[in-house]
Amino acid sequence: MAAHDLTVGQVIDGFRLDAALDPGGMANFWRVSRVAPAAADADRAQFPLMMKVPLLRRGEDPITIVGFEVEETILARLTGSHVPRFVTAGDFEKPYIVMEFVAGRSLKGLLEETPLPPEEVAAIGAKIAFALHDVHRQHVIHLDLKPSNVIVRDDGGAVLIDFGLSRHDQLPDLVAEEFEGAVGTGPYIAPEQALGDRSDPRSDIFSLGVILYFLATGERPFGEPQREAEWRRRLWRDPQPPRWWNKKVPPWLQEIILRCLEIRPADRYASAAQLAFDLQHPAEVALTRRAERRKRDGIATVAMRWFRTRNAQPRRRKSVAGQLWRAPIITAAVDLSPEAEPLAEALALAVGRLLATEPDARVTCVNVLKAARLTLDPLEDAEGRNPHLQRLIELKHWARRLAAAGNRVTYHVFESTDPASAIIEFARNIQADHIVVGARGSSTLRRYLGSVSARVVAEAPCTVTVVRKPH
Amino acid sequence: MRIALFTDIHSNREALTACLNHAGRSRIDHHVFLGDYVGYGADPVFVVETVMAYVERGAIAVLGNHDAATLAPDPGMSDAAFTAIAWTRDQLGPTHIAFIKRLRLSSEEDGRLYVHANAYAPGAWEYVTGRYVASKSLMATRAQAIFCGHTHVPMLFHMSMTGKIASFEPLDRVDIPLTARYRWLAVIGSVGQPRDYNPAACYAILDAKREILTYIRVPYDVDTAARKIRDARLPIGLSRRLIEGY
Repeated sequence: MAAHDLTVGQVIDGFRLDAALDPGGMANFWRVSRVAPAAADADRAQFPLMMKVPLLRRGEDPITIVGFEVEETILARLTGSHVPRFVTAGDFEKPYIVMEFVAGRSLKGLLEETPLPPEEVAAIGAKIAFALHDVHRQHVIHLDLKPSNVIVRDDGGAVLIDFGLSRHDQLPDLVAEEFEGAVGTGPYIAPEQALGDRSDPRSDIFSLGVILYFLATGERPFGEPQREAEWRRRLWRDPQPPRWWNKKVPPWLQEIILRCLEIRPADRYASAAQLAFDLQHPAEVALTRRAERRKRDGIATVAMRWFRTRNAQPRRRKSVAGQLWRAPIITAAVDLSPEAEPLAEALALAVGRLLATEPDARVTCVNVLKAARLTLDPLEDAEGRNPHLQRLIELKHWARRLAAAGNRVTYHVFESTDPASAIIEFARNIQADHIVVGARGSSTLRRYLGSVSARVVAEAPCTVTVVRKPH
Repeated sequence: MRIALFTDIHSNREALTACLNHAGRSRIDHHVFLGDYVGYGADPVFVVETVMAYVERGAIAVLGNHDAATLAPDPGMSDAAFTAIAWTRDQLGPTHIAFIKRLRLSSEEDGRLYVHANAYAPGAWEYVTGRYVASKSLMATRAQAIFCGHTHVPMLFHMSMTGKIASFEPLDRVDIPLTARYRWLAVIGSVGQPRDYNPAACYAILDAKREILTYIRVPYDVDTAARKIRDARLPIGLSRRLIEGY
């Protein structure tokens, strides 16, 4: 079966070719539908389908075939809304993949409209970061993240496509052996990937940084190098800071973008979820010298970096999921009422212990202002006090030891009539890995009102540690 | 067809029983034993008789170097291995020896080659420890995949159409697709004496229809197996290494 011999109406293994889609460099794409009678399909999930057929030049083309093999293997294992759903694949003689046709807009189309407003860059960036995190959690590094491989669904979320150069850290890496040296796309490839390292999920964070840079400035940070030898330049040559191109890029966005583009993976965000968090909470971004940079490094610094990295070698293999486990987002739900003081103390101790074992963790401290109704208390307003600000000050005071130890800590005060729901919703939105919450023990109040910690344990989307005050 | 692959059992009754029990719960249609049933451990008779019973019911078994050494002493062996084989020879009866004599060095089935050590000189027992030897082994056969043991360390090599070869350390219970466009050399880890610092017994299941290979680590009663080695007055190091898994 040759890709170019296919015609509309043709049926392949029970799938009818309905219409040709735009071809890619390595494959043709078709909208397809099942020809089986509807009754047999009734129990199957109904979603639009497409077929990807590799373009094989002169018989077996190893480059195309390896990529196709890798995509089939990896896509078949991935689940969730951030990848096209895998349906089936052809055999050795007749290679094809049938997958979900994702209705949405390719990010590539957005490039025409750059530079985009910062809020829009952050919103799109957070969507892509969540998609990356979902894939990383499933042991896969994309390694070819670029605008044409991102689709934003009509209903909101980002979908990553084309896993032909990807890496599954629990499976043999077919790509690495077939192409000696680096594989990727010139403008987006991470420095370590340019050295041939295919084991670090933070390579995808670098590529996302390139996308954010492009969206915010309309420029590519490293141009469009074609040759592999030019890719290595980014090991020593830093890009112009985004604000050099576009003064409307706020410091927090420059901070985020330049942190993604750090040469050493350890200097970037430790996980895509942590990046998503910053993109969702601009006011919480810890600004460093990155935010203030006005132009790129001078020749002396660059020469020094060149001298250090010119003979750099890729590092040893590590585990994708392992990197994520070292970089959890911990949500500490803190009760600041006076009677809960010993409990708050125990909570700080418990969070401190978690941080001691997880060096790349970050902590989000949450306190819920319990409002009788969803308005501020008029009495306190009349006295000119802002209860929200007061709580924030107390929360920072509570977390002082955690923050002093050099950890990344952010503070969030919500008003809600329902503290448990507010904590759970917050944890879900930021994709927290772990909630630490205190339990007050038995009290008359709790018997009537129900326990916050019990509801958090029952409904939270992640691990929950319940802390009790010491006897 | 689901095939269970066992190698390097080395007279370890507890480890073999644990693996067979696990396989018994895993819808297995066919058993393949890749050699070295005896040596090192304290239960040669139990292991040989168990394998004999499976072979009677259609299982495949090939010869390993320790099995061969019960027929004719192998001067290339380490002192501990040599001592253990001398002890083993005294335990085995004529039916066991006759069974070992009938074993062949390799066996082929539907494009799969089963051999204890390597495909290019199966009786010379060279170890497949790296890419070079793996590719030499793959070059020596037309089979799409080779399944072997001998090194006691699980490893999976794949060779592309362009002849490039790479190695991979398989993880416990991860399904690995052995796609038809590649050739594969799977070194199955040892049932009875793992040497990758994980004392759990190792075997593998190949789903031949779906082309999926899964390595499985099975925890077993190491302490009993180690104690039996001590009680049999076999070299003490053979007992200790089971507990550590080296």
